[in-house]
Amino acid sequence: MTAAKTILEVEGLHKSFGDNTILKGVSLTLKEGEIKVLIGPSGGGKSTLLQCINCLVTPESGTISLHGNTVNLENKKELYQLRQRVGMIFQEFNLFDHLTALENVTIALRKVKNFSKVSAEKRARLELEQVGLGDKTDLYPAQLSGGQKQRVAIARTLAMDPEVLLLDEPTSALDPELVGEVIAVIKALAAKGMTMIMATHQISLISGLAQNVLFMENGVIAEQGSPKELLGAGKQTRTQGFCDRLSDLGEGGS
Amino acid sequence: MELSQFYQDLLPALNKGVIMSIALIIPSALGGVCIGIAAGSLRTYGPKFIRKLCDGYAAVFRGTPLVIQLFVLYYGLPNLGIYFSPYGAAVTGFMLCSGAYQSEYVRGALLSIKRGQYWGAQALGFSSFQTVFWIIIPQAMRRALHGCGNEIIYLIKYSSLAYIVTCMELTGEGNTIATEYFRFTEVFMMVGLYYLVLVSCAMLILKKVEQWLHVPGFGHQES
Ligand SMILES: Nc1ncnc2c1ncn2[C@@H]1O[C@H](COP(=O)(O)OP(=O)(O)OP(=O)(O)O)[C@@H](O)[C@H]1O
Ligand SMILES: [Mg+2]
Repeated sequence: MTAAKTILEVEGLHKSFGDNTILKGVSLTLKEGEIKVLIGPSGGGKSTLLQCINCLVTPESGTISLHGNTVNLENKKELYQLRQRVGMIFQEFNLFDHLTALENVTIALRKVKNFSKVSAEKRARLELEQVGLGDKTDLYPAQLSGGQKQRVAIARTLAMDPEVLLLDEPTSALDPELVGEVIAVIKALAAKGMTMIMATHQISLISGLAQNVLFMENGVIAEQGSPKELLGAGKQTRTQGFCDRLSDLGEGGS
Repeated sequence: MELSQFYQDLLPALNKGVIMSIALIIPSALGGVCIGIAAGSLRTYGPKFIRKLCDGYAAVFRGTPLVIQLFVLYYGLPNLGIYFSPYGAAVTGFMLCSGAYQSEYVRGALLSIKRGQYWGAQALGFSSFQTVFWIIIPQAMRRALHGCGNEIIYLIKYSSLAYIVTCMELTGEGNTIATEYFRFTEVFMMVGLYYLVLVSCAMLILKKVEQWLHVPGFGHQES
């Protein structure tokens, strides 16, 4: 990977809820195939940042650019385009409760991308097989385990062919024994060169996958660097201290 | 065994009446549900002005007796040059009244859908309208089904008010025979029985619809 090109560029994002300023000017650049991991204490604004990047929450100021083109956040068409190209995986999965696993994947293909029923189903089956759920296509969310739900959510997002994936603590709503299956899927994606920003407390994902760690606190990126720089033995960084505390809580394994 | 003259008059009259009742109930129920979904959605997601307008509609039709609404439609509006047939006035009144109640159930159900469902769709590039139409309403419909069904059963019974605007349905026909023969007990017990059958049929249909729309775990599970 030489001189990978920049896909996503975020400049000076500000966001507050009432008097409570959550993001105080966050900027970041994401190159093709790069994986950034967001960590930091609860309430630091990680989820808000990810939600601002695909405009589920509208930032008060700041710009978002895809391939160098700044998205006009006032323009609905451009917004919908941005969201198709920047996929989002939620902590609580947010599968559509009234649809089967297969329909959860096909509905966006059909309604947003105007696929025919047949080609949408073909694509959906393929994506579900990729995440190991080829035999669960006709089950409803209520009939799936947490790990399976998250994998359907991943399949649903990937079916839209996003260029960037935002993951907001994809494993933290899962029982410990189900974390592994979701991590395996994320690692497979990483191996295929998917560009990602992921908020996580999962040590194995931080040290194993991240090319870049962003430590977020009080609405700003307080530290950033490669896992080696921030987490290497003897480094006295805040990231290091934070991760030590995570390990103490016994979250280390996967 | 010959039926007495009384019964020979009563049964055809009631049969004729029940057909009129059904002709009132079906369009009123369907129209009420459609108005309810539209008004309920607009009251929840509409732009402010439209929201206020629909709130006003619901407040007026829930806040005044149906009899008064029918009187206004049938006896009042002709003063403004708007004429309804008895049937037209009854169906219009029932639809508007039922729609107002249905909009409450629809609104409650829409508000009960978690924000995550909305976000899930938005994140895939759905427009706001598509999200509401394809994701929120189908789920809300299932949650509202019980309340809406209940409202339809009320409607079957308040359709008996049509006869006060001279639309001769089940109650009206029964009343005519009852006054003619002066046998109120038998007639109105018979009329009651007819309504019971109508309501039972409606409950059966609603049960079928519920089974047809059933999704495993829906409404019980909170994700
Ligand atoms: N819709 C909202 N309205 C008001 N305040 C909000 C809203 N969403 C988030 N917040 C506040 O924003 C702050 C940052 O929240 P955010 O979810 O971004 O933190 P986080 O870093 O993701 O934390 P966690 O690790 O717990 O997920 C919190 O203090 C939260 O209370
Ligand atoms: Mg969060």
